Amino acid sequence: MLGNLGELERAAMEVLWDHGSPMLVRDVVNALSSRDLAYTTVMTVLTRLAAKGFVQRQPDGRAWRYSPVAGRAEYVAQLMLDALSLTGDREAALTHFARQVSTPEAEALSQALAEKPDQP
Amino acid sequence: MSAALHLLVTLAVCAAAAPLLVRARWVWRAPGTGIAVWQMLALTWVLSLAGLLIALGLDPYDAPIARGLARWAAHAGSTVASDHLVLGGLALLVACTAALVSSWYAVVRVRRRHRDLLTLVARKDAAAPGALVVDHPQAVAYCLPGRPSSIVLSTGALHSLSAVELQAVLAHERSHARERHDLVLLPFVALRVLAPRIADAVALLVEMRADDRACREHGAEALVAAISRFSTRPPAGALGMADAAISARLQRIATASTAPSWLRWSALVSGLVLVSTPLSFLVC
Repeated sequence: MLGNLGELERAAMEVLWDHGSPMLVRDVVNALSSRDLAYTTVMTVLTRLAAKGFVQRQPDGRAWRYSPVAGRAEYVAQLMLDALSLTGDREAALTHFARQVSTPEAEALSQALAEKPDQP
Repeated sequence: MSAALHLLVTLAVCAAAAPLLVRARWVWRAPGTGIAVWQMLALTWVLSLAGLLIALGLDPYDAPIARGLARWAAHAGSTVASDHLVLGGLALLVACTAALVSSWYAVVRVRRRHRDLLTLVARKDAAAPGALVVDHPQAVAYCLPGRPSSIVLSTGALHSLSAVELQAVLAHERSHARERHDLVLLPFVALRVLAPRIADAVALLVEMRADDRACREHGAEALVAAISRFSTRPPAGALGMADAAISARLQRIATASTAPSWLRWSALVSGLVLVSTPLSFLVC
């Protein structure tokens, strides 16, 4: 499932997370220089990430600066919440090894996410 | 009128069979058969109830349901048939289909978002070949069904399992993915409000079916140990259903017996007879 494009999305995301401030496409290309990527490839990847709601962009002159919408820990928390939620759509969305009724853990995760009100 | 009578009897049989099947323990020894019987029972129930309403509504035509329905549709607003009964029957069929479609749509949306998140934060790990690993101390293991399906483990799960236990967990999840247990569960989850205990019973059978596969590949001992690792939880919180389900799974792995084939076959044949009753009236 981590195909080529997925691998690039992940790499670009890691660059943005590590950098900490909004970046130009050029900056991301430079940070990923070891992969020898074309400028347009990186731009496509960032546009895809923006469409999925993982990065936001703001104008900077004639260019755009990209930054992550949320931190890695927050996305991990969202995954875990999906995995621990046993009601509603998620029940059929994932099949569990052992159906854990772990309300304390799920609640702790919900609270951690609720503290960030700008989350979609 | 004979159609209505037949369908009424079929409904009564369904109503009597469902609670028996919820309590039945032989299905635990033949989970695949149990799942098939539940599917046939659910289909019979929906078709019979819809068929009964339609048959009663069309009674004045004194014709088989399909022909009566065609005549009813031809004279829209006729005074002969009881329109509200016919419409009620049709509405039931539409509502069930709509519930399935909307449930499926919701599931697909959750999965797409989940898959996108996994792409960003999950990694492959040599310790768990074929699975994705998410860094989190809480132990979870699950399957994200679809094409392609993914098996996901948290580092919490990875660290608490021995090598052979991990293999058993992976085999269990692969079985969910291969047999598309998510599709088996979908109708029961979609109609959960109508029959929550049936949805739970089917969910348990699905787990048992996956347990059987893991047991065959890696042995009962590894599977029991793995399940126990996931179920040791602090006493706080609502440990009801899941706990009962886990002890049921552990208990049946320990006894390791299969239901005799005559029992499985007679259950399947009864289910087929049951489901063919409404089908024969609706189609012919």
